[in-house]
Amino acid sequence: MSKFKKKKKGMPAVNTASLPDIVFMLLFFFMVTTTMRETSLKIEQPRLPSATEIKKLEHKSLVSTIYVGKAKNEKYGTGYNRIQLNDKIATPEDVPSFILRAREEVSEAEIPFMTTSIKADKESSVGIITDIRLKLRDVNALKLSYSTQAGVSDD
Amino acid sequence: MARRETPEINAGSMADIAFLLLIFFLVTTTMNVDSGISKKLSEKPPPDYTPPIIKDKNIFEVNINRNNELLVEGDRMLISDLKEAAIKFIDNGGGIGNPGEDGTPGAPCDYCEGEKSSSSSDHPSKAIISVQSDRGTEYGTYVEVQNELLKAYTVLRNRLSKQRYGILYTELYETYKDARGSDKDEWKLKVEDIKTSFPQIISDAEPTSAN
Repeated sequence: MSKFKKKKKGMPAVNTASLPDIVFMLLFFFMVTTTMRETSLKIEQPRLPSATEIKKLEHKSLVSTIYVGKAKNEKYGTGYNRIQLNDKIATPEDVPSFILRAREEVSEAEIPFMTTSIKADKESSVGIITDIRLKLRDVNALKLSYSTQAGVSDD
Repeated sequence: MARRETPEINAGSMADIAFLLLIFFLVTTTMNVDSGISKKLSEKPPPDYTPPIIKDKNIFEVNINRNNELLVEGDRMLISDLKEAAIKFIDNGGGIGNPGEDGTPGAPCDYCEGEKSSSSSDHPSKAIISVQSDRGTEYGTYVEVQNELLKAYTVLRNRLSKQRYGILYTELYETYKDARGSDKDEWKLKVEDIKTSFPQIISDAEPTSAN
């Protein structure tokens, strides 16, 4: 019995000096990985409409995003119908080449699963959305998602 | 002057501080999940394509004008009433459905609980909702209308799924998504069954011009 007691007495405290280092490493990892953004917005952050019947977009690498909204730069006017593809303001005519370029980046087998996400402002007009839709249909990019906020269900 | 030894700084709370920071970043960084109303566009029709003739009663016409007002089947309507009207139309089941792909003749809708009126849709598989908007319509309203129509389908699918499998369609779908292995096929059959019973047929008509 006395043998055990002796041992207990002599147990050294675990050295926690390196704990901050470990935690800081984790901290830096999260800080670095979560601040990545794909494109800088040339239009004002669209105020997305809200909806309840929404589906999450899976496979982020297969999603190409089209922004529609008000341009930050006044020279493009103040209407809510400006389109941004990649990182510049564009017209509906540029949509097919945008889609084709996005297709080059994925393997051929994945092309049918590619989705176009339209992030448009609430006050954009349906006309511009239709123009985009027709262009998408021309290049057979048939999967479309109208990006929305998750709204509150009323029932 | 007796030089006193500088006491060591206690670094024990360092870990706590770092943890606090770490948790702060974990909580505040949203992973930005993109979600939205998904839609499948129809393929571009060939130039000599003549659209099939569809009976008027099988089309549920929704018009949105440039002032974001709704005209449903020729009557003015509020967006809040659209869901009920759409449910009534889809669920009517007044006639027989589309013949099956293997040549079986179309059967009347035995799961519909509608009025079976002869002036409304024949069968959910034939019921087409056509949304026509103006070029000047606000996108927000357009999405709201789409959302209401999808809600109508969800209500009907939930009802049928509850009857057949005792669980809501939304839950059924979640289970199917999470299922692994052989279970997945079983759930898939159920999901497909409900999906084909109430297929979502929402078509977008060419918008009217604003000028």
